[in-house]
Amino acid sequence: MHFDLDEDGLALQATVRDLCGARLPLETTRNWTDAASFDRAAWSALAGLGAFTMTQPEARGGLELGVADAGLVFQVLGAELVPGPLVAAALVADLDERVGAGEAFATVVTRPPAGSGPARAGGPWVIPHLDLAADVYVVDDQGVWRTAAGAVEGTPVPNPLDPTTPMWLADAVPAGEQVGGPELARGWLLRGSVLASALLAGNATRTVELATAYAKQREQFGRVIGGFQAVKHLLAEAFTRAEVARVAVDAAAVALDDAGTSVGDGEGEGFDDGYADPTFNPVRAIAGARVLAADAASRNAKTAIQVHGGMGFTWETTIHLFLKRAWILRNAFTTPEEAADTVAHSLARPKWMAA
Amino acid sequence: MRLRDSESDARFRKEVRAWLAENLPVLGPRPAYGDWPAKKAYDQRWQRMLFDAGYAGIDWPAAYGGRGATASEQLIFLAESAAAGAPDLGVHFVGQLHAGPTLIAEATDEQRDFHLPRILRGESIWCQGFSEPGAGSDLASLRTRAVRDGDHYVVTGSKIWTSYGFAADYCELLVRTDPDAGKHRGISWLIMPMDTPGIDVRPLRTIQGESEFAEMFLDEVRVPVENLVGRENDGWRVAMVTFSFERGTSLVRELLTAMTMVEELATLAKTLGHGQYHSGPRAGQSRTAWDDDAIRREIGQVAAELDAMWALTRRNVTRAAGGGGVPPSGGSAFKLTYSEAIHHFGEVAMKVLERYAISLDALPLGAGAGLPVGRHIIEHLHAFAISIGAGTSQIQKNILAERVLGLPRER
Repeated sequence: MHFDLDEDGLALQATVRDLCGARLPLETTRNWTDAASFDRAAWSALAGLGAFTMTQPEARGGLELGVADAGLVFQVLGAELVPGPLVAAALVADLDERVGAGEAFATVVTRPPAGSGPARAGGPWVIPHLDLAADVYVVDDQGVWRTAAGAVEGTPVPNPLDPTTPMWLADAVPAGEQVGGPELARGWLLRGSVLASALLAGNATRTVELATAYAKQREQFGRVIGGFQAVKHLLAEAFTRAEVARVAVDAAAVALDDAGTSVGDGEGEGFDDGYADPTFNPVRAIAGARVLAADAASRNAKTAIQVHGGMGFTWETTIHLFLKRAWILRNAFTTPEEAADTVAHSLARPKWMAA
Repeated sequence: MRLRDSESDARFRKEVRAWLAENLPVLGPRPAYGDWPAKKAYDQRWQRMLFDAGYAGIDWPAAYGGRGATASEQLIFLAESAAAGAPDLGVHFVGQLHAGPTLIAEATDEQRDFHLPRILRGESIWCQGFSEPGAGSDLASLRTRAVRDGDHYVVTGSKIWTSYGFAADYCELLVRTDPDAGKHRGISWLIMPMDTPGIDVRPLRTIQGESEFAEMFLDEVRVPVENLVGRENDGWRVAMVTFSFERGTSLVRELLTAMTMVEELATLAKTLGHGQYHSGPRAGQSRTAWDDDAIRREIGQVAAELDAMWALTRRNVTRAAGGGGVPPSGGSAFKLTYSEAIHHFGEVAMKVLERYAISLDALPLGAGAGLPVGRHIIEHLHAFAISIGAGTSQIQKNILAERVLGLPRER
């Protein structure tokens, strides 16, 4: 067991962080609200580092690393609040090298569940970044389907909650071509979920850093507000949530790497590898990571806004962007509520309790 | 990053599992809760078995009689012990996790040669004499006086939260040796034999009904000067060494037990009837807490929180193995979050047990030993021991804010 970032992991994060600072600074990217304003060259530079092809084989232009390494990169992308269809690019790289290389865009959507009344048949579909995407990939429990983005009749969502995650609604998405079976679909849901949770964990980490820096320089009552215990405790709690979210995401990604392709549905038995550690079950670990990362990102951004006081409530600052991104990402590939249920269903009966 | 066992880890796990399966039945049944003399004998018997098998002092260096196991092996041993339902350290907690490691780090060769083998064999039980009625979170304000008289210190004062005071042979005792120095500078760390005249130990009953704690009153107790650990008036630094062990991994076994208790709670949730009896349209239909989406998901949340604490533990021990112990960012983050998770666990347990949350024992109905209701309520009450003991959650937040985030210090 060695469960910490090694030098390679830290170097990987530093490389991505440096590129984000140079090519994708938040002052700039916060204005990438549509395909026209999106800087494709910066996106390509990010892809050039291998950000979307970490887990791909070398023959496909990949780095042949694990989901754990991809997770480390996505934590940085989350902290830098990089916009664009990041998780979709990492998944679709399995099928389309141009997307992995940052030369084309794709968006991945999950089939909406049936509601009631007008939504009885399922829908409407929610599709992010439809204007950028060449293809729309649909994931459900049967498999993965590809449809040309131009074939989808989408209505742009007015005044999007997260300004740099523009969304479209569609009553239907054409069936398209099946490009993967249930196994690929299950793999994408798990990998997509843990990468989205990595973005959330990075998001949670950055808002504490921003709030801590502000609390050290903002003075009221003749002293820095970071000296008040009420503020210190808010920040200590937020720091702890981010740390815990990060280890949960790392553990989930490692569990997925260790499971390889033999991922079950995760219900009931725990993960029977003869080692008696139920947390090695990737389904359980990935669900648990979402529960913690979504909570950490939302609550830490709120804490950061509160610590920034009136300034935090302005559009001018960047912190509300972290909160809004967190509210979008919480629902990517699973929700914290559904994930909590998944963890509950993974719990085995203890050996000493009679059946 | 790697979580799986290496080949040698896997071999060690197999060996431990086989040893536990063979030896636990020999140990016999656990004594009743609150029967401390029986508990002491039981814990000592187990410690001796561990010693004979080479598992005592698993993380202590081999040079001091320990196994010198790797961090992975230490966690494997704890995880396998918890899964098998083996006893925890019990009365050996202070000796194994506080006093022993502190002696290894700070004591003289004579002190180590005398005490460490006795601790490992389970022959000497230690208690902690740190907190005082007037010195809790502000431990450095302690007032128990030690006045030098020839080759003895004469100690007078009172201590509280003296873990295992009723069972102990020795006490790790913090005393004030220089009342005129600053409050952190006049403290010394002494080894006090508990059979010295002038020591009065009274059990302290906690909200759990029973506990390992005691109050201890010291009236002119004569402690040999040779029992000083570290230099005179340097005891605060020595105590900080003790705390670094305490905040590191001493709660891991409790965590592993709590993880299995969540499984037990889930099983109870699927078993016990829930809500009010229905005479209307749903009459006769079974309804369990597991059928309640909110409760079921909350059980999942608690499990996710505890799983994350297990992941954090593995990160902390990995970092500690790199030298320098568990950093405060990891140790305090663990202590703080684990406290909250156990309180959360208790809240959910009350919702699951509902009308059956009425006893601190097992309920005398159902198959076999009855419904294990009481231990979930005791765990809920025990959550306060976690969030208050060894530095309250508020103290942990101060540590994180000041030492990790670099915010201004209190005072």
